[in-house]
Amino acid sequence: MAEEKNIISLQYKVNGEDFSLAGEASSNVKKILKQLGVNPEAIRRVAIAMYEGEINMVIHAKGGIAEVNITPEQIKVLLQDEGPGIADIELAMQEGYSTAPDNIRELGFGAGMGLPNMKRYSDEMKINSVVGKGTRVELIFNI
Amino acid sequence: MRLDKVREILDADILVGEEFIDLEVVSACGSDLMSDVLAFVKDQTLLLTGLINPQVVRTAEMMDIRVIVFVRGKVPGKEIVQLAKEKDMVLLTTKYPLYTACGLLYSAGLHTKEV
Ligand SMILES: Nc1ncnc2c1ncn2[C@@H]1O[C@H](COP(=O)(O)OP(=O)(O)O)[C@@H](O)[C@H]1O
Ligand SMILES: [Mg+2]
Repeated sequence: MAEEKNIISLQYKVNGEDFSLAGEASSNVKKILKQLGVNPEAIRRVAIAMYEGEINMVIHAKGGIAEVNITPEQIKVLLQDEGPGIADIELAMQEGYSTAPDNIRELGFGAGMGLPNMKRYSDEMKINSVVGKGTRVELIFNI
Repeated sequence: MRLDKVREILDADILVGEEFIDLEVVSACGSDLMSDVLAFVKDQTLLLTGLINPQVVRTAEMMDIRVIVFVRGKVPGKEIVQLAKEKDMVLLTTKYPLYTACGLLYSAGLHTKEV
């Protein structure tokens, strides 16, 4: 954890091998936001959106990096991976659209609600993706 | 509704979190789709599910859900129970299937909060 003036920066490597570990980063961020005294509703929004993003990196992109920057006004979550990328972002954003395999569905995910949830809970969401190169999702929460 | 009443109605066993038995839950939600839970659920809820993987506990954690009831007699593995313990959650298991378990709690007055 790096602290510089009023900015706290957190970085996590999200392991793509083990689905059971997905969510560790979001869980840690949630704990830190609680310690910082951020309001519970904002914590919940950040935790849920980041968790969906973390799950996406695990199930669709073999893992990636999560970065969180916290200031008194804003929380920014950056999720970056070197997975297959998303060819049609507009389509991927639609509720119910999913390319997740059956084994992931059996675990309760892959309903195509992740990206819409991330949009619903954040104040701003930007996706950049290049097929064959990877995906970058930026989530901004005003607190 | 207090948790000890939930336990009684569902004839459930407590897997972890016995010390929180006097916790009050104001609504419940039954689902095997974690993304739906993440999309629609309000807090102070009890989650009933037939899934027993660690992401059920993670999902509950993100949502501030403290009570999970596993239906159809399912019992999660040790790591999952341990994870829930670290997060001060209560895990219960009931032999009733999801539909019946939800129905029993609903009839006893535990409804969903309107959103
Ligand atoms: N990080 C990612 N890398 C590659 N593809 C992704 C990524 N995130 C999402 N996608 C694509 O977008 C689709 C929709 O994502 P989402 O709404 O989270 O639903 P789900 O994860 O349930 O499939 C996924 O099925 C996948 O095809
Ligand atoms: Mg998803």
